[in-house]
Amino acid sequence: MPDARKKILEVHHLKQYFNVGKRDEVRAVDDVSFDIYEGETFGLVGESGSGKTTAGRAIIHLYEPTSGEIIFNGQDVSKLHTKKQMHAFRRQIQMIFQDPYASLNPRMKVKDIVAEGIDIHGLAKDDADRTKQVEDLLETVGLNKDHSSRYPHEFSGGQRQRIGIARALAVEPKFIIADEPISALDVSIQAQVVNLLKELQVKQNLTYLFIAHDLSMVKYISDRIGVMHYGKILEIGPADEVYNHPLHAYTKSLISAVPVPDPEFERNRIQVPYDESREKDDKKRRMVEIAPGHFIRASEDEVAMYTQRAVDAGLING
Amino acid sequence: MKNPENIIEVRDLEINFHTYAGEVKAIRDVSFDLRKGETLAIVGESGSGKSVTTRSLMGLLAPNAEIKKGSIMFHGEDIIKKSEKDMQHIRGKDIAMIFQDPMTSLDPTMRIGMQIAEPLMKHKGLKKKEAIAQALEMLKLVGITDPEGRINDYPYQFSGGMRQRIVIAIALVCYPEVLIADEPTTALDVTIQAQILDLMKDLQNRIDTSIIFITHDLGVVAGMADRVAVMYAGKIVEYGTVDEIFFNPQHPYTWGLLNSMPTLDTASGSLRAIPGTPPDLLDPPVGDAFAARSDYAMKIDTEKEPPFFKVSDTHYAATWLLHPDAPKVTPPAEIVRRQKKFAAMQKPKAPISNSDSKE
Repeated sequence: MPDARKKILEVHHLKQYFNVGKRDEVRAVDDVSFDIYEGETFGLVGESGSGKTTAGRAIIHLYEPTSGEIIFNGQDVSKLHTKKQMHAFRRQIQMIFQDPYASLNPRMKVKDIVAEGIDIHGLAKDDADRTKQVEDLLETVGLNKDHSSRYPHEFSGGQRQRIGIARALAVEPKFIIADEPISALDVSIQAQVVNLLKELQVKQNLTYLFIAHDLSMVKYISDRIGVMHYGKILEIGPADEVYNHPLHAYTKSLISAVPVPDPEFERNRIQVPYDESREKDDKKRRMVEIAPGHFIRASEDEVAMYTQRAVDAGLING
Repeated sequence: MKNPENIIEVRDLEINFHTYAGEVKAIRDVSFDLRKGETLAIVGESGSGKSVTTRSLMGLLAPNAEIKKGSIMFHGEDIIKKSEKDMQHIRGKDIAMIFQDPMTSLDPTMRIGMQIAEPLMKHKGLKKKEAIAQALEMLKLVGITDPEGRINDYPYQFSGGMRQRIVIAIALVCYPEVLIADEPTTALDVTIQAQILDLMKDLQNRIDTSIIFITHDLGVVAGMADRVAVMYAGKIVEYGTVDEIFFNPQHPYTWGLLNSMPTLDTASGSLRAIPGTPPDLLDPPVGDAFAARSDYAMKIDTEKEPPFFKVSDTHYAATWLLHPDAPKVTPPAEIVRRQKKFAAMQKPKAPISNSDSKE
């Protein structure tokens, strides 16, 4: 790809199978490749079971990949074996989880939750420094320092998600994987958390992998989007382009199903059905760049069809 | 407002919960009607009281709840005054409910055919064989493939979307007059959600059920509802037809809700979040409960509770902004855009095409 920006993460042909060789083998992630550039937000969307969460977890090395390469900052993640190497890696890459109720230890005070990373990585000089760091972090995410001696149950869902964000930021990571960070929150609170994430990104030059099924929110927060289905990425491209001019039939179908808060639009909605049988034929498919930066998983004989679609959509000249 | 076609009339409902911390005033003076064959959507955030309201219709309030005041009239009888035994005859037969989580609302140890047949045997006194036969018809109706082969399966053998279809089959098997759907698609993927919503619309047309639809997803409301009630802090703050609420909203909270959603053409920049969090209902604020989070709050909002002001025959909003003496304010840009659309829609009086968008 002719792009001068620095790639912070490269995923090459990642495969993550479970129960390999058994009858119930699951190919959760099956030959997935994508790059994420420094400072951008990459949105990964798909239905439940599409493998988007597994892909995220494989990147942070919670699983041993079946095959493929994950290169973070020029370093192959699967070759990190010693504890020390893992330690250094996980300081640079952090995760925010979906469920703000289950992802915070109910028996720990907020200050200890937030400071856990600081303690593990030895980032505080002394107790006073630790307290100061925690208070600064809480302020960064819009909570106040009085909150630090409380327990998670004393907070609302939105506030808990802020605590989770503060915890992720504590070790000053470069890269954050946010796995459905807002799906458990109310609409008015979702916008608060999304705004906070965007603001932090600018201030601290963070790179996000944003995993979600809410397409309208993903389109809004992401620079680029990857669409997953059955463990494979079917389409990758700039967020607006994927959303407004989807080329793959699955993306079209997915977007046509998103409810829009406009009764007039809803009365005239036409839902596009998706025929998934084509995905299951045994043709060899790879990611093909149909328009600049816009990739489709296609077999050789499908390229012409997608190119024509891109021409029709005005993405490239015919 | 004596409307002959009202199926349910809720008047002045007040419900408190007794907790160790004190009395939580969960429902504070709520009134609404449900008309025959319509879909009424109740929107609001968690804790706004939308689920408590509908649970009271089913007589399913938690033991620490107390109905302080009000009535729920169903066929001329007050549901609140009914005994648990009487409620058992109504629940599942006349008023049925679909819950949010299809993973936990089915009995994992019972075959699905039996679960669908159970209400028929209980309420209609059918023999097992007839009930199972009808259950099979219901499975076909809700679109389970190979119903004969699957009627003896257990819930774990189905996917989330299929389970929600089974839950709907159970709820509809007695052809209830009222169906309460509490976030029925929140746990599902968008593609499955679209199928389930289409199914509900289709079934509503066939058996003429009235639906109360509870959700916080305004996109779903836009597609499903005939009328919408917006709840905040235990009160209805605005209600009207779906077009009135989406294109001509009047309450600042409704503005905030519509404004905080990214629309198709929201460019980058920040979303207009509603600042702050909902009030603590242990000690509800005086006046307009939304005042503390509203950019449009006036002095009176912190002193006196706004009554409902009439916008049209079908549209009412409880905000002092509608008082004749209130200063003129300009709503957020997105709302102005919507109101322009509303003005344009009013002119030609286009007949509302109720053509189902199935295909």
